Amino acid sequence: MSDEARAVVAGHADYAVGIISAVEQITGRGSRLVPVSGTGRSAAEIEEAIRTTMIDRGLKVIFTDLQAGSCSMAARRMMAGLEGAVLVCGANLPTLLDFVLADDLSPQDAALRALERGRSAMTMLTSRPKPTSADAGGSGAR
Amino acid sequence: MSLVLYRIDDRLIHGQVVVGWGQPLDVGFIVLVDESVAASDWEQELYRMGVPMEMDVYFHDVNGAVEALPGYRADPRRGLLLTGDIETMQRLVDRDGAITAVNLGGIHHKAGRTQRMRYVFLTEEEADALRRMSTAGVTITAQDVPTARPTPLHDVLSGATL
Repeated sequence: MSDEARAVVAGHADYAVGIISAVEQITGRGSRLVPVSGTGRSAAEIEEAIRTTMIDRGLKVIFTDLQAGSCSMAARRMMAGLEGAVLVCGANLPTLLDFVLADDLSPQDAALRALERGRSAMTMLTSRPKPTSADAGGSGAR
Repeated sequence: MSLVLYRIDDRLIHGQVVVGWGQPLDVGFIVLVDESVAASDWEQELYRMGVPMEMDVYFHDVNGAVEALPGYRADPRRGLLLTGDIETMQRLVDRDGAITAVNLGGIHHKAGRTQRMRYVFLTEEEADALRRMSTAGVTITAQDVPTARPTPLHDVLSGATL
């Protein structure tokens, strides 16, 4: 297993560092992802930071936090000159966990699968009363 | 409704604009005034893809914007006007004559600018342009997100919040 970086994660404030730290804690594979923050940077500076990171490390995949965000905009500009690059907007933790565990796929294919996994991981649960011992005795209906 | 916010933000359409301001203000459309974006279909498509489907984006250069502003003000939806720099906003203010308040949302560092706030960097010429707009009766405040306290121009220029 290689620890080589496979993608950039970029977003607002400490989104990238924070979510990569969660990936590291869960899988030990946080080093597969390289963080970039848009905070305090102009659009041109964000684009340059993403471009430099991706080209220097030979990366073709970027995850961002928000489709309308500056990092997504900057990534799309940068991608115009980087053949084969893919951008996944709105990445959540399940997305990145699936990506870093997909050793058998190319980074681009892993990103596509991770996108689907991330989407399907979103769910909403509603509260239910905890069953009482009387409920457990119940009617015997199964 | 009308145009509810006139904002200078060098990132133009991004998260703070679309989500941070767009949702609480119930913005239905954005008017983006920028000479280079108005001249580029590619740039326009880039920005258009950054907004939700229910939000329209209209692109203009300054001349086109001045002509179109009365129509946007008569639009039943709420709108937000964006420029990427002070000079463009000043030209709109001068020619339109109906803009009474301008929001400084994000003017980031580049050569020749000095920091005035966490997210506002200005050259002396840009500071003078803001002073001129203020003297002409435009209320200028810096406020990156709606929950932040608006910072008056005087405090922006003096660096009081640094």
